[in-house]
Amino acid sequence: MLLKIKFSQQRRVHLAQGLWLLSWMAVMWGVIIFCLGVYLKTELLRRAEVMDNTEIHVVPNILMMVGLASIGTNWVASRACQDSLDATRFPRWKVFLLAWFAVAAVLCCLLIAVVVLSYALQGSLEESLKVGLRNGIRFYKDTDVPGRCFQKETIDRLQMEFRCCGNSNFKDWFEVQWVNNRYLDFTSKDVKDRIRSNVDGRYLLDGVPFSCCNPASPRPCLQLQLTDNSAHYNYEYQSEELNLYSRGCRQALTDYFMELMNSTGPGVLSVVLIQLSVCLSLRYLQTAVEGAMALEDPEGDSEGYLLEKGVKETIEDLKANALKMLKFGQVDPNAAEGSSEAADAEKAEKTASPTPAS
Amino acid sequence: MIVKMPFMPVKFNLQKRVKLAQGLWMIYWLSVIVGILIFSLGIFFKIELRKRSEMMDSNESHLVPNLLILVGLMACGLNAFGGKVCHDSLDPMKFAKWKPMLRSYLLLCCGFNGLLLLTAVLCFLMQFAVYLTLAEGLKNSIKFYKDTDTPGRCFMKRTLDMTQIEFRCCGNNNFRDWFEVQWISNRYLDMSNDLVKDRVLSNVEGKYLMDSVPFSCCNPGSPRPCIQHHLTNNSAHYDYDHRIEELNIWTRGCREALFSYFSSMMNSIGMLILATIILEVRLHPQHTTMEDPENPECESDGWLLEKGVKETFGELFSKMKILGKKNQVDEGGDAEATT
Repeated sequence: MLLKIKFSQQRRVHLAQGLWLLSWMAVMWGVIIFCLGVYLKTELLRRAEVMDNTEIHVVPNILMMVGLASIGTNWVASRACQDSLDATRFPRWKVFLLAWFAVAAVLCCLLIAVVVLSYALQGSLEESLKVGLRNGIRFYKDTDVPGRCFQKETIDRLQMEFRCCGNSNFKDWFEVQWVNNRYLDFTSKDVKDRIRSNVDGRYLLDGVPFSCCNPASPRPCLQLQLTDNSAHYNYEYQSEELNLYSRGCRQALTDYFMELMNSTGPGVLSVVLIQLSVCLSLRYLQTAVEGAMALEDPEGDSEGYLLEKGVKETIEDLKANALKMLKFGQVDPNAAEGSSEAADAEKAEKTASPTPAS
Repeated sequence: MIVKMPFMPVKFNLQKRVKLAQGLWMIYWLSVIVGILIFSLGIFFKIELRKRSEMMDSNESHLVPNLLILVGLMACGLNAFGGKVCHDSLDPMKFAKWKPMLRSYLLLCCGFNGLLLLTAVLCFLMQFAVYLTLAEGLKNSIKFYKDTDTPGRCFMKRTLDMTQIEFRCCGNNNFRDWFEVQWISNRYLDMSNDLVKDRVLSNVEGKYLMDSVPFSCCNPGSPRPCIQHHLTNNSAHYDYDHRIEELNIWTRGCREALFSYFSSMMNSIGMLILATIILEVRLHPQHTTMEDPENPECESDGWLLEKGVKETFGELFSKMKILGKKNQVDEGGDAEATT
């Protein structure tokens, strides 16, 4: 027996009560995990316009699923321990409890997988944001194209809310035309020069949209002619730090989501611990109550244990059971072979037996 | 002979009394929760006022949030006490120790209701004060926008920019308020430039005035990149007419935006307090029925007031007169003693 503990009737009652409280606490934590999952999913959906793929959504999806499953399993555990002290009602739980332990183990594994995934998917999130933001910046000017007309507002609000500019930094705005052709005077010399200065015929500026402006700058925002020191009084492009946001939006968004997912880490790990303790307590309660029911005096002392035999033996037992179940699937051919073999053996014996006689 | 007729009498047997006590206990604890809600709303309102205090010249009156915090705490305390008394009311021994305090408790509750009424009225009336404070405060904020090098005012620019972005507003009444002040610090003006010199000389006070607004006035929902400078000059921008252009910058003034924010907050808090008053007033009739536990099994009478309304007020006034006369008698007595 693995880790056996003696339980008197009093102790059994206390264990059942404690387990009941613990399982309701676990239900509450399940609700919290579910809400965390919903919140994370909502945040990801809000920024879905600047993300290219939805791989990262697996984290909140698993959190929501596990939250719901944990509510259900722990509610079942509380019902089981309510019935545990009643000798007439407890026996019907025997089969359920085996399944319960399997489900609880799966939940714990999923929770640990979520924590691992939230770190592992950081690279994928960054890639997705890189492509999404690049497209966002490219389509910024298309306020007259159906389906893309809110791109400008989305990117502006994003830059203002997350205090960032461009994809990697503000220079990303120098490489795209972010002013719509409708607002460009093609008769103007300046416009014509700029358009002819590059192969694609785009109107490129060394300027950024107003949403890149940093309100904390002591001077009114300089948006245009950023690389030209002489265009503004007392301005030096290389040393100016506060004028615009220096962080890129990809970095800002990645940091935000990573922080969100990391802050759920401790909550998830504590749910794993609580679930494990519910598992262990329920196993002890089950074995102690079953032991007590087998005694002549049901109110006497019984032993509770985790595993009936040692770890190795239990694993061998499980293997043997599994093989038996597999063999049951192949019963007919084996039985037929077996019976024909038995018949041959009998025949061999029969032929063998007369020879010594003769 | 005047018959002692109770005001609004109701007959109660034991079962009814038990049910009444239970219902009352629930209402008391509901009132405690409402008290906690009022307390937290008071704290929330105080924090919001503090956050925007720069826009109001730090002149704003904290009377309403302080009163709300006080009222919330009082509501919690009084109703928790009432709940405890209610819980003990069906046990004659426990109730005996509360009985002497009941009269004063009822008086305290009446006073508390008066305070609640005062708070509700203030919630609705103080909005005018907030409006005036905002008008004055915003005018000064816009004036001090450029002073990012003056200690004590160096964050005005950032605060005003963040406020305009957050509340989607521009200027005090509208964006033209920016045309009347110099909002660029002299440190960033090239005084040797002819254009700058012209502008500075064009007005009496030597301010560098422009028909431009800061970037925080820009509306992200505009289809075209924001036009901040030369707003009234149609020829300065391609395909631009300042009279019909609506989406370029925010058209609402910040005073209106901030006022509507605070006024909706104060209105909803005022409504909640009125609802609390109605809840509290409902509780009073039930108090008096608890005053007869001597013969628990028999029927007893419950009433709102022991005598009729007129008689109760008559008694109150005569009591007050006696109190007044007592004071005079003492003084008279002293005067006699001294002479």
